[in-house]
Amino acid sequence: MVGTTHASGAVLDDLAGSVGGNAREATPGDAVAGVPAGVVASPATTEEASALLVLAARLGLTVVARGRGTVLGWGPPPRSADLVVDTSRLDGIVEHEAGDLVCTAEAGTRIDDVNAQVAGAGQQLALDQPVPGASLGGTLSTGRSGPRRMLYGTPRDLVVGITMVRADGVVAKAGGKVVKNVAGYDLAKLLGGAYGTLGIVTRMVVRLHPLPPSSRWLTCSYPDLDAAAGAAAAVTGSQLFPTAVEVRRSAGAAGADVQVLLEGTERGVRERAAAAAELLGDDAGEADLDTADVARLDGPSDAGLLVKVAVPLTGIARLLHTTREIEDRLGLSCGVVGSAGVGVLHVQLADVTGETSAAVQAVELLRNTARQTSGAGSAVVLHAPAEVRAHVDSWGPITGLDLMRRVKDEFDPDHRLSAGRFVGGI
Amino acid sequence: MTAIDDLTARLRGRLDDSAVITDEARRRTYECDGLAAYAVVPGLVVLAHDADDVQTVLALCHELGVPFVARGSGTGLSGGALPHSEGVLVVLSQMREILDVDPAAQRAVVQPGVLNLDVTVAAAPHGYYYAPDPSSQQICSIGGNVAENSGGAHCLKYGFTTNHVLSAELVAPDGTRTRLGTTAPDAPGYDLLGTVVGSEGTLGVVTEATVKLTRAPQAVKTLLAGFESTDDAGTATSSIIGAGIVPAAIEMMDALAIHAAEEAVHCNYPKGAGAVLVIELDGPTAEVDAQLDEVKAHCDKAGSFEIRQAADDTERALIWRGRKSAFAAVGRISPDYIVQDGVIPRTALAAVLHRMGELADEAGVRVANVFHAGDGNLHPLVLFDGEVEGETEAAEALSGQILALCLEHGGSITGEHGVGADKAKHMVEMFTPDDLDTMQLVRCAFDPRHLSNPGKVFPTPRLCGERPGRHKGAHPLQEAGLAEVF
Repeated sequence: MVGTTHASGAVLDDLAGSVGGNAREATPGDAVAGVPAGVVASPATTEEASALLVLAARLGLTVVARGRGTVLGWGPPPRSADLVVDTSRLDGIVEHEAGDLVCTAEAGTRIDDVNAQVAGAGQQLALDQPVPGASLGGTLSTGRSGPRRMLYGTPRDLVVGITMVRADGVVAKAGGKVVKNVAGYDLAKLLGGAYGTLGIVTRMVVRLHPLPPSSRWLTCSYPDLDAAAGAAAAVTGSQLFPTAVEVRRSAGAAGADVQVLLEGTERGVRERAAAAAELLGDDAGEADLDTADVARLDGPSDAGLLVKVAVPLTGIARLLHTTREIEDRLGLSCGVVGSAGVGVLHVQLADVTGETSAAVQAVELLRNTARQTSGAGSAVVLHAPAEVRAHVDSWGPITGLDLMRRVKDEFDPDHRLSAGRFVGGI
Repeated sequence: MTAIDDLTARLRGRLDDSAVITDEARRRTYECDGLAAYAVVPGLVVLAHDADDVQTVLALCHELGVPFVARGSGTGLSGGALPHSEGVLVVLSQMREILDVDPAAQRAVVQPGVLNLDVTVAAAPHGYYYAPDPSSQQICSIGGNVAENSGGAHCLKYGFTTNHVLSAELVAPDGTRTRLGTTAPDAPGYDLLGTVVGSEGTLGVVTEATVKLTRAPQAVKTLLAGFESTDDAGTATSSIIGAGIVPAAIEMMDALAIHAAEEAVHCNYPKGAGAVLVIELDGPTAEVDAQLDEVKAHCDKAGSFEIRQAADDTERALIWRGRKSAFAAVGRISPDYIVQDGVIPRTALAAVLHRMGELADEAGVRVANVFHAGDGNLHPLVLFDGEVEGETEAAEALSGQILALCLEHGGSITGEHGVGADKAKHMVEMFTPDDLDTMQLVRCAFDPRHLSNPGKVFPTPRLCGERPGRHKGAHPLQEAGLAEVF
């Protein structure tokens, strides 16, 4: 069955039977990063997901998990996708104990839906969405983050418990529903950012934070890149406890903008904003920004390139310069936006059609920058047109790859889960 | 010749003579960690001076099938560094160099034997500190913290060790050396670093760590509030958190714990208090000032009869002294005690404390309570006299009941001390066999022969290579001709 794209009627019936009839033949719209899918099945419970994966294991089907499908095109394409496990029916909050600041929800639940519910208690799940509409599970599995990670962390920091289904259908839990807990291995860390290659997350317990009574965004534009990086570093290294320090260089621009988010009490935020404005410089001003808008990545288009670059805090200026170098030397349109306060940014190249070689060189330049600035960073190609993908290593150099392969072999010995999507061809 | 003799012979010449300890009296000094109830004299002790030493030992252990246990300062409270009688104890306390402090990048690179507090001392001149602060921070090592995913009083706001380690060098159980993570965030690939942190030394030995440094807060305010009962103190805690305030720490002590601390360090807590809260707020001055008034109001409303605010660092240190000395102080009022580390949802605090009191009364055992109220991490100190017949058993039985009580309320058997040798038997009460089997898939990837700190964390080791529930085709027994078709 591996490698086929058309399910036989009997297989479809079997799969549908395990999920209460909620399975269908895939359509072209179900393709995963360009790879056509066979069957789409939608379990509504962990038990159904388990039954489905037991069956998939017996039939030797390759499996790709899908949340809300917002970034299914991120990462290299799978080798095949006989079965897409759609988690959108694993939907809803199971438990929200406001006094404990935790919430248990099915993995297909949208972050927006969690937030709509917990907001009533003055709480939030502080996960930004680069692409809106994302599910909890998809966000954990791809390790997505945004501006507020500087204060609240990433999915890895906010998930305190998971329920997962293994490649063989076995259901396992790790962590729990208390934030402080060191019993057993932290499987949520292992599955976080694993792109569905180790198992399918069906339920999560997440840590919530109080909604701040007051918040303000400040912005400041700088005519040159070093000044922007310097201002961002000044706020990052201050005692103002910013929630976010973003830097943004638009394609073609000589300079860059810095944006700072402060959250807290009314009076505290007012005083801190004044102090931050002084650090940012004369042109700093308050801006009426929506945090969700700042977090959102506009693009790239299908023909463009999206690269996540991680650098040490001391490497921000150099990265900004590299994006301009890509424009000057390679003739591509290249912008960057992201957290200068943490050192994780997204570089976007607009239309690279017919510019495959330049696009590949751009990734190399970014990778060199990430790796050369006082210690190793990384540049991961999240999105790229197929012709560029074919010529570039999406993940770049990986340390510990041998151990990672051994982990994969233990969890998914037949390499059926999102095979080929991950580092080293895992 | 035993495997350990063979190993010893082969280490001679490859390591300094002084680093290989065979003398029984000297080995015996390492027989336990901070949990003295468990003691095993290690087969051999090696004092590692660098990562090469560690690699040499682990490669030989791998070759000869000899188990090893890593040990930092030996302050752990779950027997995580309990030695193996037929194995090597790899002592890392000699590796205590701080290799780099880079305030601009907000990170430091340290060897595993570096003491937790020394990272803060090194970073302080630059206005930074290392956030995780276990009560033992003056003597515990970063390597031990990494193994145990240590917390501390301030993890309510700042998180645990796992949130503060960027990268580590690991010598895997097969003797290979690997860097996990990068010094920038979000290293691509599986988050093996996040898996190794808190794995209690069962996945290899960390020989270097790059940790995050946190900017020192502009202001720190510490309050000590006296209450008539733990109920009142619990109410205050809930209303502070419920109001959306996240203090750096909220710590509670009950009457018996206060009594012990007074005896030991004369901390001068409010007289007659049935419970005290130590509440610390930190951050930008304007925020701290605003929250301070609010916190005081919540304490007042919950019935606090005395609220003190530390006027300076000396007074703050005195307030914390009572809390941080509490474990040791209990030694003043009881010859022996068991420290538990269960966690409960904060909302279950009152119910759990009541039931714990009932259980203690029924058993005729005294329990002093010192805990991180903000995150529901209890530290019941179960008091007993090992010389009196039956008391040890009664205390152990009560300890087990307390853990079961935490689990009944949806909590955990350990919040920061680790499972170690002590609580491995309780893992089956918290996790299903499938949960434990799945966790041990990781173990099989890193350490298929179970040489790295065997017997810790998991009650039953998984046979690596065996894949229950996913046999394809004929049953292996049938294939081997040992069984008929079932």
